[in-house]
Amino acid sequence: MKFTKDSLKIDAAKVADELSQTILTQISSKLKKTGAVVGISGGIDSSVVVALCVKALGPKRVIGVMMPEGESSPDSERLARTLGESLGIETFVEDISAGLEGLDCYRKRDEAIKVVFPEYGPGYKSKIVIPRNILEKDKINVFELAIETPDGETKSKRMPVSAYLQIVAATNYKQRLRMTTLYYEAEKRNWAVAGTGNKDEHEQGFFVKYGDGGADLKPIAHLFKIQVYQLAEQLKLPKEIIDRTPTTDTYSSEVTQAEFFFGLDFYPMDMLWYAMENNVEPSEAAKVLGLTTEQAERGYANIKRKVDATSYLRMNPLEINE
Amino acid sequence: MDTRNDIKTFILENFMLGRNREELEDSVSLLDMGIIDSTGILELVEFVEKSYGVKIEDNELVPENLDSIDNLVTFIGRKTA
Repeated sequence: MKFTKDSLKIDAAKVADELSQTILTQISSKLKKTGAVVGISGGIDSSVVVALCVKALGPKRVIGVMMPEGESSPDSERLARTLGESLGIETFVEDISAGLEGLDCYRKRDEAIKVVFPEYGPGYKSKIVIPRNILEKDKINVFELAIETPDGETKSKRMPVSAYLQIVAATNYKQRLRMTTLYYEAEKRNWAVAGTGNKDEHEQGFFVKYGDGGADLKPIAHLFKIQVYQLAEQLKLPKEIIDRTPTTDTYSSEVTQAEFFFGLDFYPMDMLWYAMENNVEPSEAAKVLGLTTEQAERGYANIKRKVDATSYLRMNPLEINE
Repeated sequence: MDTRNDIKTFILENFMLGRNREELEDSVSLLDMGIIDSTGILELVEFVEKSYGVKIEDNELVPENLDSIDNLVTFIGRKTA
C-alpha cells in the first residue's frame, strides 16, 4: 500500500450520502424507530452526526439536546444553537446541574481533589491531563491533576490512584446523566439515540461506558477525526464549529482532548494509526509525516496500548457462556 | 527485603487476579502485554514510592524504569542505593 499525506482523504460527498443512507436503514429497519435524538455540544462530532441524521431523516425527525451543567463552557450552548438554526432542527436545553447535585457528583469529585490539593474550594477549577506529546519521549502516560486557583495560578501534581479513580468516577456521572436524558427524549418519541463518538474516541476508549458510549447507533465511530473534519466541510457546518478546538466539556478547567487523553494532535495521530493498521513500516510513515522512525514507533505503540487497554469499554456485558 | 518477590506479588495481586506466578515473566513489558494500563501505572508508582520510601520524578516515568520486573528491580536498587 502506498502511504501518502493524503491517505486519509475521503470523497466526503460520497461518504455523506452513504452514511445518511445507512442511518436511515438502521433507524427504520433495524431499530424500528422513526427519528433521531442527538446530544449536541457545539463540537464538531455531534454537529456532523446531527447533520447526517438530518440528511437521512429530514429536519423534523431530528432533535438536538444541549445538556450543560454548572461547569460547561457557555460557548457550547451558543454554538449548539447556531447549529440547530443552520440545520432547521428543534433544539432545547436540558440543564443537568440539579441532577448532578442530587447524585452528589460535585462533592464526591471535590473530596478527591482535596486529597491532592487541600486548598481546593469554590472559585477553583480542575482538570485531569496527561503529559503532552507522546512522540517526543518514550514516556509512560501518567495522569496528573491540574487546578486553577481563583487568581488564575495553575498547579499540577500526580495523584494517588484512589483520588484519580474517584475523580473519574464522579465526573462520569455527567456523561451518564446525559445518556439517560437522551433516552428519555428518544423513548417518549419512539426515536433512537445517535452517538457522536469518532474512531479516535471509540477505539482508544475515550468515552464513558454507558455514558456517551450508550447509544443505539454510532454513525461516525469508524471515521478518524480528520475525516470528520472533511465531512463537516462537505456538510457546510458553521465555520466557528469547525474551527473550534475539541475539548472534553467535562472538567471545570478547559481541557483539550489532546491534553486530556490523546497526547498528540489529530493529524499525526490519525495518520500514524492508519499507517499502523495498514502495516506501513514505521520508517515509511515517519518519512511521509516528517517524523523520526523512533517517533513513529512510539506513536504506533502508544495507540496500540490504548486500544488494547480499553477493550473492556467496548464489550457488551459478558454472559456466562462467552 | 526481596524486592523482586515483593514487586511480583504486588503485580499478581493487583493486576493478574487468579493467574499463576509462572505467567509473569521478569523481562516482559508490562504495558505491551496489557498487564498494566495507565491506571495501573499510577498504582505501581504509588506502591514503589510507599514501599521503598522514594520519590519518583516525572522524568523517571519511562519504560526503562518501570515497564518490567527486571527494570523495576534495577530502578528501585538505584533509587535506594
